[in-house]
Amino acid sequence: MLAGSLIIFPLIAAILVFMAKGKGARNLALGFSILQFALSLVALFQFKHNPASHHLLLNCTWVKSLGINFAVGLDGFAMLMVLLTTFLVPLIIVTSFKNTYDRENIFYGLILLMQMALVGVFMANDGFLFYVFWELALIPIYFICLMWGGENRGKITFKFFVYTLLGSLFMLVGLVYLYNNSISLAGTKSWAIQDLINSGRSLGESQQSIIFWLIFIAFAIKMPIFPFHTWQPDTYVTAPTQGTMLLSGIMAKMGTFGVMKWLLPIVPLGIEKWGGIAIGLSIAGVVYGSCIAIVQKDYKRLIAYSSFAHVGLIGAGILTATAQGLQGAMLQMVAHGINAVGLFLIADILLRHTGTRDIDKLGGIRSMNGNFAVLFLIVMLGAVALPLTSGFPGEFLLINGIFQFSATAAAFAGLSVILGAVYMLRSYQSIMLGDRKDSNITFGSLDGSDKVVLIIICAAIIAFGIYPKALTDITEPAVKALMQNLK
Amino acid sequence: MIKLVGLIPLFPLIGFLINGFFGKKLSKSLSGFIACSAILASFILSVVIFIEARHLPEHSQIVNLFSWISAGTLNIPFEFVVDPLSTWFLLIITGIGFLIHVYSTSYMHNDEGFSRFFTYLNLFVFFMLLLVLGNNFLIMFVGWEGVGLCSYLLIGFWFKNTEYNNAARKAFIMNRIGDLGFLLGILLIFVTFGSTSFDQVFSKAGTAEQGTITAIALLLFIGAMGKSAQIPLYTWLPDAMAGPTPVSALIHAATMVTAGIYMITRANVFYSISETASAVVAVVGVATALFAATIGLFQNDIKKILAYSTVSQLGLMFLGLGVGAYSSSVFHVTTHAFFKALLFLGAGSVIHAMGGEQDVRKMGGLKKALPITFITMLLGTIAISGVPGFSGFFSKDEILAHTYEHSPTLWFFGMLTSMLTAFYMFRLMFLTFWGGFRGTKEQHHHLHESPKAMTFPLIVLAILSVLGGVIGLPHFWGFHNFIGDHLEPLILRKNPSTLPHDTEWMLMGIASVAALAVIYVAYIIYRQRNIIPLNENDKMPALQKTIYHKYYVDEIYDAIVRKPLDAISTMFYKFVDKQIIDGIVEGVGSSVKGIGSVVRLAQQGDISFYIITMMLGVIGILLFTFLL
Repeated sequence: MLAGSLIIFPLIAAILVFMAKGKGARNLALGFSILQFALSLVALFQFKHNPASHHLLLNCTWVKSLGINFAVGLDGFAMLMVLLTTFLVPLIIVTSFKNTYDRENIFYGLILLMQMALVGVFMANDGFLFYVFWELALIPIYFICLMWGGENRGKITFKFFVYTLLGSLFMLVGLVYLYNNSISLAGTKSWAIQDLINSGRSLGESQQSIIFWLIFIAFAIKMPIFPFHTWQPDTYVTAPTQGTMLLSGIMAKMGTFGVMKWLLPIVPLGIEKWGGIAIGLSIAGVVYGSCIAIVQKDYKRLIAYSSFAHVGLIGAGILTATAQGLQGAMLQMVAHGINAVGLFLIADILLRHTGTRDIDKLGGIRSMNGNFAVLFLIVMLGAVALPLTSGFPGEFLLINGIFQFSATAAAFAGLSVILGAVYMLRSYQSIMLGDRKDSNITFGSLDGSDKVVLIIICAAIIAFGIYPKALTDITEPAVKALMQNLK
Repeated sequence: MIKLVGLIPLFPLIGFLINGFFGKKLSKSLSGFIACSAILASFILSVVIFIEARHLPEHSQIVNLFSWISAGTLNIPFEFVVDPLSTWFLLIITGIGFLIHVYSTSYMHNDEGFSRFFTYLNLFVFFMLLLVLGNNFLIMFVGWEGVGLCSYLLIGFWFKNTEYNNAARKAFIMNRIGDLGFLLGILLIFVTFGSTSFDQVFSKAGTAEQGTITAIALLLFIGAMGKSAQIPLYTWLPDAMAGPTPVSALIHAATMVTAGIYMITRANVFYSISETASAVVAVVGVATALFAATIGLFQNDIKKILAYSTVSQLGLMFLGLGVGAYSSSVFHVTTHAFFKALLFLGAGSVIHAMGGEQDVRKMGGLKKALPITFITMLLGTIAISGVPGFSGFFSKDEILAHTYEHSPTLWFFGMLTSMLTAFYMFRLMFLTFWGGFRGTKEQHHHLHESPKAMTFPLIVLAILSVLGGVIGLPHFWGFHNFIGDHLEPLILRKNPSTLPHDTEWMLMGIASVAALAVIYVAYIIYRQRNIIPLNENDKMPALQKTIYHKYYVDEIYDAIVRKPLDAISTMFYKFVDKQIIDGIVEGVGSSVKGIGSVVRLAQQGDISFYIITMMLGVIGILLFTFLL
């Protein structure tokens, strides 16, 4: 029941918020999202207590004739991703407090609807259900970007929508193929994940290769992975801050999570044959995205490219199918999610206080607000993966996994260690240090809501850097099981 | 008490937290007091643990704190090792660290960032202690990057100055280049040995292939090149002098920059196995030593002279490591920490008195106004120059004797370096303290000896610089070499000198005579003839001009690294991303649109047409599934 309520609760919350009026919508949404976080903590407690508990699973028949079930559950991977989602959504809602959006009830309702779909994607144990949630997640974010986005939002949002939808259709074809080939215990066709896995594994190398590419492209577009990324920077920049946070903090992880749960175990031969190329693409994106970030002037676009580079590293680590790569990916998904929200909030704060995000125009803010400088510094250090920040353990494990695949690949992936420092330190210096470049720019004290979110994020960055085991303990059994499954 | 070793880094961490959170509300004296007492407490505990650890039966004890990172077979505990090497560095870091903290309470007194300064300084000591205490390569790496962060924060301490900020960023990024090498080395260690803990890795080192060990040793050395400012990653260190002078003394002379020597001594097992890696270390070391010393000859900024001297001395230490004289290098780390910290602090005292002036051409005749600074700095200069009986003489002699045994050619370059050292150091002294005053009247009026909080550390360090040699008196004099015996259990390939005694006497004699002769030459040039170095715009011989401009290395790096990187990045962004990749995506999009406009023709509203196409479609699907 607990498992089902994690999905149903945000749906009900979304409907109630849609019906609310005025400022009430905002507070209602925040309250519901905090409750949802509490609910996922209860699930965590249950999970720690008894991972096999039936409370964490739900399986009801949906369309019997087609073998579709409403099957959801929480294994280690899903547990951590659900925690990440439910932790970030309240923070994201708080970051909106200083922006005024018209039709607030719709805005916040869509965020909660998005949360429902995301949780569904992470928890689905049925291929069809997974696909439904996957597509469902696209709708609210599409409207968020379209209705509250910035310049040129129509064209950019349309491209984003069509591009990702097209990728998903490839995945649908792959899944249908697997379904057609599946035989459940009862002897019928089935969408259950284990049946799809068996179905995939019964295929020969050439068929697995086709399935690999069909499904991988959908995930690669979502993350995104080089060269399927060109929708991403524009969309991140034009989306309202909360939309960008949802996209980069959580939605990008649908792709990486998908590779882990829905690709690795299903087509092991396909991975063996094509994994190397996919890793190559991912790492090319790491270097490429980092380089491009160096020459960006708009801080939000800079973070967008940086985010693209970071996600590429996660993708590469997963595709190595090593215990270190997988565990590193889980850690980094959490670390990057938290960090991305922090960085995009900073970009938003800069814009709200000074009217610009152009790093060449900003400068000397540290002299005007020392506390902001410290918080910004901590978030930045998390982004450059300094040890004892949450960015480090994940990045270390990812590069470790890649190193086992190929030392050369690891050396290239490791360039992000240097290039990340280049663009992060350059931009920090230009924005915060030195003297004011434009005397019209002033920067007063931070708003309470911004301060609260930044402090929580900084605390998380340091806490998970010092004790990443709090996170790896959750995913360790799942990593073990997956590794067993891959053998 | 050894079990309590975790407290040693904890004290500075607490100091950091207090000053970090409440520093602005505390009075300056309280803020400084908290920072100093944190380090003093660590120092006292370090002394106790040092003594206790000398009686450990196995020479080392591991103290486990908690499990840090684990994934699959990889398990990295947060644990410390207490052994002769780590405890030795504990003494240097907390001892010198404490003196420099005390000095800073006075030096930084009028700075508005007073408590922020001590926040960073305490954090630095915390990370430096982690670096030497960690029992595996990854904890060492934590400290390694952590001190890099503090170095970044302290170089750019005066954050309104763009030049300082650039220096800070350069230091961080250049260190990161080294750190990538270090990181890859750690990964290779894990892949080879299945662990990163020192005890497990070193005991299995003999089982690995020679080539792998060489690769590991070289990758680790890349890390050392960054942190310890060796060719080609040294150019950040002279720029790092932008930081407040106590920072230069503590971080960029006495402790952080010697981390590379610590690392290689710690991993001496690899270097003893790999002749190739050792040879690389020796050659890079001696090349850096000589190269930096020549630059030091023509610098006029008092801190820059000392900075190049530090690069050069670090090179000598790497030379020692490369020829297998590990304990001699650690000995030189120790004596160098004494006299180089002293010289920097002395320079700080001079700068303080001169109202911020750092150019030796504008000083002169300061010995009367700053007697304590003068005498202590003179003792430090004598010590670094290798005058017999002073600390630097013994440590440098040990390195050079081992080098001679290994290769007389390397010895020659090492010897040349130490002659240059004596020259530029006495050049600095003569220009600063003798002759007439060349500054402004205003400055002359304000000349004053520094307060006690600054002179006290100078005096202590001067005593150590003079007497520090006793920890490593030569064997062939019939002495017990304390530091050699102390570190002996950790060194895989013992390297007792096999030189005949008369050769050792001869080498020592050459070194002594050379040092004294060079000092005399410096005396003639800068004291008797009173020659003042040329101004930037004066005509200089081409070679001198090249060296004065530091061989244009910064400009070269700019041209071959920074500019191409920016150009490639811009090309990626404007051409590859916007034109090619996105062009293809848009192209696909518009061709779909084009097809759409053709297909639209099919929508003509004729129902029978729709039905026929539907039938055809169904048949197609059936055929398709049938064929599959």
